[in-house]
Amino acid sequence: MPVQGRVVISELYCKGCELCVGACPQKVLRLSTERITSKGYHPAELAGDGCTGCGICAVVCPEAAITVYRQAVRRPTAAVGA
Amino acid sequence: MVVEQIVPEEIVYQRPRSLVECATHYCPGCTHGVAHRIIAEVIDEMGLREHTIGVASVGCSVFAYNYFDFDWVQAPHGRAPAMATGVKRVLPDRLVITYQGDGDMASIGMTEVVHAAARGENITVFFINNANYGMTGGQMAPTTLPGQKTTSSPHGRDVELAGYPIRASELLATLEGAAYIVRRSLHDPKNIRLAKKAVRTALEVQRQGLGFSMVEMLSICPTNWGMSPNQALQWLAEKMIPYYPVGDYKVSASVAQIKV
Amino acid sequence: MARELLKGNEAIAEAAIRAGLQAYFGYPITPQTELLEWMSHRMPELGRAFVQAESELGAINMVYGAACTGARVMTSSSSPGISLMMEGLSYIAATEVPVVLVDVMRGGPGLGNIAPAQSDYNQIVHGGGHGDYHTLVLAPATIQEAIDLTVLAFDLAEKYRSIAVVLLDGSLGQMMEPAELPPMRPVRQTFPAWAATGAVGRERNVLTSIYLDPPKEEEANLRLLRRWQEIQSHEVRFREYFMEDARFVVVGFGSAGRVALSAVRQARAEGIPVGLLRPISLSPFPTRQIAALCERAEAFLVVEMNAGQMLEDVRLAVNGKRPVEFYGRLGGVMPFPDEILGEIRRLAAGEASLEGHPRDRWLQRLTGSN
Repeated sequence: MPVQGRVVISELYCKGCELCVGACPQKVLRLSTERITSKGYHPAELAGDGCTGCGICAVVCPEAAITVYRQAVRRPTAAVGA
Repeated sequence: MVVEQIVPEEIVYQRPRSLVECATHYCPGCTHGVAHRIIAEVIDEMGLREHTIGVASVGCSVFAYNYFDFDWVQAPHGRAPAMATGVKRVLPDRLVITYQGDGDMASIGMTEVVHAAARGENITVFFINNANYGMTGGQMAPTTLPGQKTTSSPHGRDVELAGYPIRASELLATLEGAAYIVRRSLHDPKNIRLAKKAVRTALEVQRQGLGFSMVEMLSICPTNWGMSPNQALQWLAEKMIPYYPVGDYKVSASVAQIKV
Repeated sequence: MARELLKGNEAIAEAAIRAGLQAYFGYPITPQTELLEWMSHRMPELGRAFVQAESELGAINMVYGAACTGARVMTSSSSPGISLMMEGLSYIAATEVPVVLVDVMRGGPGLGNIAPAQSDYNQIVHGGGHGDYHTLVLAPATIQEAIDLTVLAFDLAEKYRSIAVVLLDGSLGQMMEPAELPPMRPVRQTFPAWAATGAVGRERNVLTSIYLDPPKEEEANLRLLRRWQEIQSHEVRFREYFMEDARFVVVGFGSAGRVALSAVRQARAEGIPVGLLRPISLSPFPTRQIAALCERAEAFLVVEMNAGQMLEDVRLAVNGKRPVEFYGRLGGVMPFPDEILGEIRRLAAGEASLEGHPRDRWLQRLTGSN
């Protein structure tokens, strides 16, 4: 199963700089055209599926605005009934 | 039969504890924010938040003390390494860092940083190089490139009149008291990760009392360069890195033994 | 402790050490270099911090950093070096951290010479660094006084979270006299609550001189001003000699006051009813005491090793009620008692005047120009 990720981008901190949009390897980030933060910026948001929770957006974000989640896939070390 | 388990969501990344819950005044896309973030992450990872004293300088980062959740003192322009010396000599077991820009460290404060390095002060200097004076609106700095237009070199830096940029890491690396002098860049994820490692090494150098450490971080200034943040990343990569190569300029023998 | 023959600069250094000095940062400059050199061997010997900085600019900023941790810290310099420290002093005053500064004055302006002078009075007493602030200024006239005032300076600096300056001239820094040092006080082990020492189990402390919002800056300035008023009420210090029945009053500080005392003694032997008021705190200035003397004094004579700086503070205090005359020597030239005696005799002969400015009259007499 593909790893599924999710990012939450805080409107308190996001300044719509688009560094995350440019850096995302999956190209799943964009600036919202509908929302404006209290400072007047268009915040970044996920544009559909495809986020893998790689965290690269958080690495480049100057505002530490991004929290990255990932559904992990774990293989147990002992096989069951093998 | 191997059974795969899907475990519930885990947090891969969240905002570091050492950053105050406060929006910064930096321009959108300014990599001061990235530098702040990786320094905060490292201090959290080392568990040193309560033992750190920051020395803020004068420049865009003048209010750094509003953004990091530890003790700070504010230095006059350029004097941070001298203030840091005063703090560290009295409290040698605290982590003492300075955070300085082009003008602060490489212009008005050049004497202070050279002598702090020469004395081998056990402090760590974070030097943010964005090739101009940001806070005051984009004037020429000692790090401005030949031909680069700024508000005080409107036709481009003329080396006949204004000389050549200073490569601070190379310069400070000539001093024996300097234990760890490196230049990194903040223009892409790989380089940011390397920068964070350098930050960690530098603070380890201080923790182990091995001498003066500095991490120079090439940074963008989209507003004063007159470009979008993503365009500015490209300008940094194409124009700044050839003049200011990323690399390790001084790694003393004892520092070379450190593993982070 | 026994009296020993001590050199001024070294006595001040050791007095600071006995007072619990934790850190010294300085730079060589004549005529106070012996203070730095004394510190360079004593401080490491006692496990305390010592750095010879790259310049006075470096030194005052190291002092600023150490002061932010609440440590007892000091620096010393002489006139040209003190000018370099003015930026730092303004920041230190604005951040309200305690610092002791020793200024061993020399001839100026500019590089001048290395001879004794008192021409930093205005710089030290009336500011020097930018902005509205006041420092406590103590002016010793003997080596014993220099020792006692140095110890006092640390206590006052801490009590008021202020800068305390010990102001002397090169002759006092260089001379040797018998004096007694105090016993060694232990170095303090605790930190003040406001200090930047690492935020263990508490909210972080930020020590800054920035108040971007003008009303907040005004509030900060008012706080400094109210503290200054408190200092003015409690910290005026001076000594009076032969003042009980004096009709003429000589005012002089430091070495000039000491030379004037010799002249006053000689004048008394001649029957002239003259006394000396020697300010010990130049800031806060003994304005009220001088004003009160106008009741019984006929005239004042201010003696200084400069072109008339404290003179103006005396004139302000006298406020036109009585004539104020002036005698000064400049550029490192020290006045002799007989010169001052001559001035006292002129006063006694009724030659003091309320007309014009005393400095002009003195200049005419000194240069023989008419």
